[in-house]
Amino acid sequence: MRCKEALLPHIRSSRWIEFGIQSLSVLMALLFTTLVLVMAGAPPLEAYRQMLEGAFGSLKRMTDVLATWAPLIMVTSGLLLTFTAGLWNVGVEGQIMLGAIAATGVIRALQETGLPPFVILILAMVAGMAGGAAWAGLVGLLKIYTGIHEIFGGLGLNFLATTLILWLIFGPWKRPGIASMSGTEPFPEHLWLPVLPGLRLSPWTLILALSSIVVVYVLLMNTHFGLRLKAIGKNIRAAHRLGVPTSRYMFLALLGCGAIAGLVGALQVTATYHRLIHAISSGYGYMGLLVGMLANYRVLWSVLVAFFFAALNIGGIQLMVTLRLDSTLSGVMQGALVLFVLLAQGSQARWKPTLIPESRDDA
Amino acid sequence: MRVEMRHIYKSFGPVRALQDVSLTVEAGTIHGLLGENGAGKTTLMKILSGYLRPDRGEILLNGEPVRFASPADGLRYGIGMLHQDPLDFPTMSVLDNFMMGCENGFWLDRQRARRALQELARLFGFDLDPEARVDRMTVGERQQLELLRLLRQGIRVLILDEPTTGISAPQRAQLFDTLRRLAREGKTVIFVTHKLEEIEELCHRVTVLRQGRLAGEAAPPYSPRRLIEMMFGRSLSKPERRPALPGEPVLQIQNLIAGDYRLRLGRVNLTVRSGEIIGLAGMEGSGQHLLMRVCAGLIRPWEGCICVRGRDLTGKPYCAFLDAGVLFVPANRLEEGLISGLTLTEHFQLVYPTGGYLINWERARAEAQRRIQEFNIRGEPETMVEALSGGNQQRAMLALIRKPVHLLLLEHPTRGLDVESSMWIWQQLKEQAQQGAALMVISSDLQELLEYCDRIIVFFGGQVSEPMNAEELTTDQLAQMIAGYGWRG
Repeated sequence: MRCKEALLPHIRSSRWIEFGIQSLSVLMALLFTTLVLVMAGAPPLEAYRQMLEGAFGSLKRMTDVLATWAPLIMVTSGLLLTFTAGLWNVGVEGQIMLGAIAATGVIRALQETGLPPFVILILAMVAGMAGGAAWAGLVGLLKIYTGIHEIFGGLGLNFLATTLILWLIFGPWKRPGIASMSGTEPFPEHLWLPVLPGLRLSPWTLILALSSIVVVYVLLMNTHFGLRLKAIGKNIRAAHRLGVPTSRYMFLALLGCGAIAGLVGALQVTATYHRLIHAISSGYGYMGLLVGMLANYRVLWSVLVAFFFAALNIGGIQLMVTLRLDSTLSGVMQGALVLFVLLAQGSQARWKPTLIPESRDDA
Repeated sequence: MRVEMRHIYKSFGPVRALQDVSLTVEAGTIHGLLGENGAGKTTLMKILSGYLRPDRGEILLNGEPVRFASPADGLRYGIGMLHQDPLDFPTMSVLDNFMMGCENGFWLDRQRARRALQELARLFGFDLDPEARVDRMTVGERQQLELLRLLRQGIRVLILDEPTTGISAPQRAQLFDTLRRLAREGKTVIFVTHKLEEIEELCHRVTVLRQGRLAGEAAPPYSPRRLIEMMFGRSLSKPERRPALPGEPVLQIQNLIAGDYRLRLGRVNLTVRSGEIIGLAGMEGSGQHLLMRVCAGLIRPWEGCICVRGRDLTGKPYCAFLDAGVLFVPANRLEEGLISGLTLTEHFQLVYPTGGYLINWERARAEAQRRIQEFNIRGEPETMVEALSGGNQQRAMLALIRKPVHLLLLEHPTRGLDVESSMWIWQQLKEQAQQGAALMVISSDLQELLEYCDRIIVFFGGQVSEPMNAEELTTDQLAQMIAGYGWRG
């Protein structure tokens, strides 16, 4: 028993070790990407310079990074709710799509009416949140009542959502005369979410992103709701025994995440594409999962990691223009980063001294 | 094959599971390994079969020292173990299970395996359908399958860990016949059990372990008294005690039958009164944990009903039991009891939320500090529960008991604790009883049960004894009942 207490200071001091290992894995990811660049026959240093240039070279580019960062951090903060409750909500991608579908539906239904544009836009946002929450709720019901794991339920519903969009684009919502992958008829311009003059960034998106960070942070750090989610995520059996209604809280976490994801979908429709397209989610759902994992499921780290990912995405475009490299290189870097960080965490867990229960049920 | 284990030591962290245990088993004999829960029987056998590596000591097969790195290594030397819970693949067929680990090469030869299976089954008189799915079979049949699989792999030493738990009487007789036959053929059989009558019926020799040490050996004719003494230790003096004043009935159980896939518990009729402490004794897996979980509302009974303070709670969800003041404190502290990764403050906030939706961490911390002092926990409000020592984890679990509590159910509340901590825990429990709660406590420490409980129930293979007055019982009587004597009468 004594030696267990002696472990206490060790657990505290490991934060620096953790930081060191995290930095090391970033370095490894850079090395790996450099290797890929060399194999592709591109000058690595020049490529990195171009990426930086592409992300921060001008005001327009910097705001483009922000325009990517905003939806990404929103999805991530939503996912932090489900991550905290120990849920792998990979269905977030479908939840974004359903938000987009619901928002498009509202705008199409109301664009001919004389309602003021901001009322229509707000209704579209609310519909988006409802759509995302409903899709996430389905995942929750499947899990709670039929025992289907949220990963499989979520993946299935992602496929359904994609199919639903395709059907809408080529069926009931197709452009008059032609049906094509370019999506539905664009909305009239007064129903576009206003952007800063000459830029692609909408101040509303930014405001929503910041408030979603604050809301999730407060929920997780300062409320009983957040504490119960954390308890469920760490040990669902003990949480249940201590009287936490586990099913209800997992369902609520999914609804919360779905609502935020749905709102992102609505923003994609109203601020970015102004119509429903096949790739409406821009992969923000899966990217959000990566950001959350890389940030070790912490809100404030997620803000930085999401910014880094957004910068990589925008900077990658420049590579295509100047070095004629495919812009998917940023994807290579993001993937490598996540793998190396997970690798570091895994090996760290192996080296750590494990706590062994004192009594075993060996008969 | 002659098996020798010499001076084996094994620790799990601070727990010494085995200390200087030696064992010699001659070829062609059935050797019993006897001991109560936690005596180290399973650990010793896992070392012999290659599942665990000893810290010190050596294993000799026919006089040659060997070293196993894995169970596969053990099998290569011809040592096979039949585990307490069947280690098979429930969703696969009998034939597929049978082929597991036997077939070499790339292609499966189902025909050959089927013939081998049928031949072996005929030899031993087992009736196994090769196409049946394993999860639809009884534990006894699964055991037969596992046995045949091991035999096909050419084992020469067979270890059986509590093989008779959960199988029917005919299956048991068949198993014993099979074991005798294998011994006649020159195989070495090691039979792990805590049931004395099985030792008497089957074994040519027996080794007894107690608390990780060698307690003695014996050969037939066995003296049950002597074996019980070796299992539980001597110095069984009777402790002092004070009578309790039981009040209103708190828990009423009528005609209850419950069970899981290997054990049927029933019928239970029991009334527990306020202010009373009932001790539940029995070998691990005899039904006491099942009854505890049924009373806590975590498992639904098959038949019968449970009333708490006059309210029928049969079939109600766990939260209804919680609301009725039923509280369950499990044995596995970090699996079901506490949440690793949360601090003490966070635990207290889960159970006693302060304020509205928002948590006031200042106040929460002060509140936690107060409870930490009240329950004498050695830790800070920010300490993660997994960093606490076992005794302090147990104190934290007592501190997390919601008020008002009417029925308090505890599994092994003092397991692994030092004397001082144990006494403190019992003092707390006595206080709860004096304040009017009814208590049910599982413990494998008989001395402790006799000392602190008012009445004691003994469990054996799903049978439940009448509650007996602790005052009129001796440790010897209790030990005999636990080992299966004095039933069926």
